[in-house]
Amino acid sequence: MVEIRFHGRGGQGAVTSAELTALAAIEEGKYAQAFPSFGPERRGAPVMAFVRISENPIRTREKVYEPDIVVVLDPTLLKLVNVEAGLKQGGTVIVNTHKPVDELRKETGLKAKLATVDASTIAVETMRVPITNTTMLGALLKATGLLPLQSLRAPIDHRFGPIADKNMTACTRAFEETKVEG
Amino acid sequence: MSKRIGVEVSIAAAEAVGLCDVDVIAAYPITPQTHIVEHLSEMVAEGHLDAEFIPVESEHSAMSCCIGSSAAGARTFTSTSSQGYALMSEICFIASSMRLPIVMAVANRALSAPISIWNDHADLMYSRDSGWIQTIGENGQEVVDLLIHAFKVAEDHRVMLPVTVNLDGFTLSHVIEPIMLPDKAEVAAYLPRYKAPLRLDPKNPVSFGPVGMPDVYTEARKAQDEALKAAKPVIIEAWKEFGDKFGRYYKPVETYKAEDAETIIITMGSISETAATAIDHLREQGKKVGLVRIRLWRPFPGTELVEAIKGAKNIAVLDRVCSFNGGEISGPVCLEVKSLLFDRGMNPKVMNFIAGLGGRDVTVQNFEEMVEKASNGAAPTPYEIINVRE
Repeated sequence: MVEIRFHGRGGQGAVTSAELTALAAIEEGKYAQAFPSFGPERRGAPVMAFVRISENPIRTREKVYEPDIVVVLDPTLLKLVNVEAGLKQGGTVIVNTHKPVDELRKETGLKAKLATVDASTIAVETMRVPITNTTMLGALLKATGLLPLQSLRAPIDHRFGPIADKNMTACTRAFEETKVEG
Repeated sequence: MSKRIGVEVSIAAAEAVGLCDVDVIAAYPITPQTHIVEHLSEMVAEGHLDAEFIPVESEHSAMSCCIGSSAAGARTFTSTSSQGYALMSEICFIASSMRLPIVMAVANRALSAPISIWNDHADLMYSRDSGWIQTIGENGQEVVDLLIHAFKVAEDHRVMLPVTVNLDGFTLSHVIEPIMLPDKAEVAAYLPRYKAPLRLDPKNPVSFGPVGMPDVYTEARKAQDEALKAAKPVIIEAWKEFGDKFGRYYKPVETYKAEDAETIIITMGSISETAATAIDHLREQGKKVGLVRIRLWRPFPGTELVEAIKGAKNIAVLDRVCSFNGGEISGPVCLEVKSLLFDRGMNPKVMNFIAGLGGRDVTVQNFEEMVEKASNGAAPTPYEIINVRE
């Protein structure tokens, strides 16, 4: 079983990222759960969302405490939140940042294996909005190989309708541009 | 053909109600409501569901509206949670006494204060004696299946009682997971159109719920009590038929590795999946432990529960509510279990844990600790609230 934690701010789409990841996994015939860190939704406040993906039925409802993968949609959260909390040994942190990995590590003290992508720029250039939820999914799939990129097609079509293509383009561009350590 | 989809459990619940070809939905669509009625309102507005959606001004009105619609012979649905359920409760008692087959999904949430929108079973226990048939789903699939089953049971002329299908708020209602959704023809073959044995009709006037003077009230109550008792075999029969049609079989009480268990934990709702994982871990260590889950809460499946736990020396019962009883007796689910055992002259050690209040997470490790404690007969009576910061 793979457990993923998404960090974002209310309105950036972390919950949507989690949902689309689970839907893509289910589309691939796997078992999956997606759920938000339940609470009143406040725009701009730090939020988390969680995903479990497994080849077998998932028999737990506890929160995700020890993720294998952490996805950070907003780099300003790195100063506020310990995004590595509970991260499993050998786990990966995927960050939306324009900075090179070395600089990011120096600035933040992150210890885990890192993957980086300038998702904000990609989102603005492709969709004209700084919402990085689908863009960061491209980075997630590149860094982990968890699911084929095409598995997101149907969930993104269903969720975004007329703007699905732009989201898929942003996602694909992020997949191509994500730099993964090691 | 059924299809497997990834979907939020609340949306799947709404889809299930749509598959049942409901006629009337009356609801108060703000907090603590879930996406269940929101999605139903969309289905009606977009023309996918030929039903009346009546937005009302409170849950009290929602259930009043449901009573009118059901008494007129329409298949009727609503949904609520916590404070909304409490506000509705006056009318819930009337719905069951008037023998109206309304179906309601309840996303179980804590009662205020402090204000909480998170999951526990305070609302479920608060409404325990309302005379409704009450089932509790463990996962999204079960919620969908229980809703279809609910209409079948409620509208059976041998039953004619309202049914709530309970699902844990947030921990189930807001989770996306894979669910098999049957198609409309399959559901229609299982669930025929509702024919009310008696209904409000200007051409053939009848009265529902008139005054019950002392010379008839006791008889009316006894009749209602008998109706709920008589519902159990119909509930079981409808689950059997459901299983034969859809391949998923349900029972009033579910057991997991309980057959030879010396220690059993009894749970209700989605938390049972976490408990099952804890049981797996303890079994791997060679410990004889098992899980028993109550799916049918009212009518209470006493015979089935005793059958499931009769071999155990230690029984831990999980309650999801603080029932403010003064601390000399146990929580509500545990009291039912103790009463059952006492009446049958059985005397295992019974321990009561209270956990998961107002959204507090109950982890696999929490369950392992509770079951271990129960195995050693070490839990204090009458109950222990776990996971409390002192």
